[in-house]
Amino acid sequence: MRAVIAEDSVLLRIGLVKVLEAAGFDVVAETGDAEAVLAAVEEHRPGLVVLDVRMPPGFTDEGVRAALVIRKQWPDTAVLLLSQYVEERYAADLLSGDTRGVGYLLKERVADVEEFIDALRRVAGGGTALDPQVVSQLLLRRHSDPLDRLTPRERDVLELMASGRSNAGIAEGLVVSESAVAKHINSILAKLDLPKADADHRRVLAVLRFLGVG
Amino acid sequence: MRIPTPLRRPFDGAGRAVAFLAVGVLVQTGALFVLAVPWLDGGPTKASSCLLAVAVMVAVLGAACPVLSRMQRARFRAWFGVEIPGAGQPWSWRQLGYHLAAGPLIALGGALTLLLWAAAGVAATVYVWVWALPPETRVANFGYTTQAAYATAAGLAGLYGAAWLSRALARIDTRAGAARLGPSRADLLEQRVEEVTESRAGVVDAADAERRRIERDLHDGAQQRLVSMAVNLGLAKATLKDLPEEARQVIDEAHREAKEAIAELSNLVRGLHPAVLEDRGLDAALSGIAERTPLPVGLTVELADRPAPTVEAVAYFVVSEALANVVKHARASRADVRVERRGGILHVVVTDDGVGGADPTGGSGLAGLAKRVASVDGTFSISSPVGGPTVVTVELPCAP
Repeated sequence: MRAVIAEDSVLLRIGLVKVLEAAGFDVVAETGDAEAVLAAVEEHRPGLVVLDVRMPPGFTDEGVRAALVIRKQWPDTAVLLLSQYVEERYAADLLSGDTRGVGYLLKERVADVEEFIDALRRVAGGGTALDPQVVSQLLLRRHSDPLDRLTPRERDVLELMASGRSNAGIAEGLVVSESAVAKHINSILAKLDLPKADADHRRVLAVLRFLGVG
Repeated sequence: MRIPTPLRRPFDGAGRAVAFLAVGVLVQTGALFVLAVPWLDGGPTKASSCLLAVAVMVAVLGAACPVLSRMQRARFRAWFGVEIPGAGQPWSWRQLGYHLAAGPLIALGGALTLLLWAAAGVAATVYVWVWALPPETRVANFGYTTQAAYATAAGLAGLYGAAWLSRALARIDTRAGAARLGPSRADLLEQRVEEVTESRAGVVDAADAERRRIERDLHDGAQQRLVSMAVNLGLAKATLKDLPEEARQVIDEAHREAKEAIAELSNLVRGLHPAVLEDRGLDAALSGIAERTPLPVGLTVELADRPAPTVEAVAYFVVSEALANVVKHARASRADVRVERRGGILHVVVTDDGVGGADPTGGSGLAGLAKRVASVDGTFSISSPVGGPTVVTVELPCAP
């Protein structure tokens, strides 16, 4: 799969290229600013774009705005945003539309190469990857809603679900069996009063409600 | 001919003092003349109307006070280079006091001194006069040898005294002028406080800017390099699967340490001045702290627009330090943070349901907080009865 990288720090960009290549992506373009990345996406039509949030010229949220443009114009392109810190609004902006093929991670996660590669593949494959810190910070804002009915364990499960993990991934993360995870998920879906439909769709709804954007 | 120093000394700068006094006499006479105006043509005789006339004339002088003061200040500057700051005080009782009391007295002294100069000058040069005057105008029984010699001596002594007096009066006048025409002690203190406040604000801002610069440098430099190193080590770990077990362990260890170094550096940088605070303001930065706090934190931030960076930084560190204290000492089950702006005051309130008994004088970091709050003229108060709850309230002035 073709990939485009937009990161203004040269060191990190070199690292990202290496990681993406190790993960089997073909890095067709690497840029250091938000305008160049849009041109590169236009030209190469990559399957995945990895963007830094803060880039020249303004060093504010150029990356987020570029990501929103990419999501709108090329909906089939997966977007993974890297940020120095968590800003819920970015996550909310990014997740307010279609949540397929979206990721939002802290920059320092890149150092956890194996997990980062997992996240890259998940996003490129149409899944989501949210930084645990993003998830818990979003959670902080939700008071007195159906989420309060969840047990701490169910919350853990939902957090991992929101960060884009599969049942197997959640089971691994919490060191429990997959069937236990499935049981927790059923309980979560029931407590959140989600309509009985196909399981995947309900998962997405649960996550959206969890993030306060659904 | 060399004149001995003790004799010469009073005459050093005497000319300047005389000119200074002469102009002073002129100005003062002008001022006093105003007071005498009602009596130029007979004037009032009844006590009450006299009083009224004086009051009116004093009022007129009061109105002229700024002009008089300006003239006097110019006089001090022109002859003695004494700068008496007059900016921002067009009128004061102290200045009027100078024009009505100290000034006239000194002017009177000045006038007498000028007379003394003239008389002594004439006496000292009596021989010239005797020589120049026509014989028939000479005083008949004046002994032109002994008496004239006495007169000359007295004249010289008079000149000496006049020089000394001129300098003394000029000195007294300068002192009185500086004390009365310049700013008062209270004014000076007020001005000083203003300057100190301003310079302190400058220092606080500069320290803040310096923290931001260090944060930026660390982020762009060491942090990026560490991430790059950790990425390389992580890649080695992920791809070099066929290395011997020991080598893999070394790589694994190095990778872990690199990640720990990144985490430590992130914490350090956050402690300096978090980038999120600079970029996105208090709400975003505080939700980051709340998220990292290992107990439930309710967060309410109500700000229409962003306060000054220094105020934001203080508010941020107040919450950060207060929550750290809650975690360390309060044994609380939850904490609440409320930040809102009412009028020109930013209110920061951190509450917890812990055991209370927090001592702001102890080494709990609360003392440091109070200092930091005071540096921006804020107030810091803590209520922490034994048994709880603890409420930390901070009010920071911020221009609306």
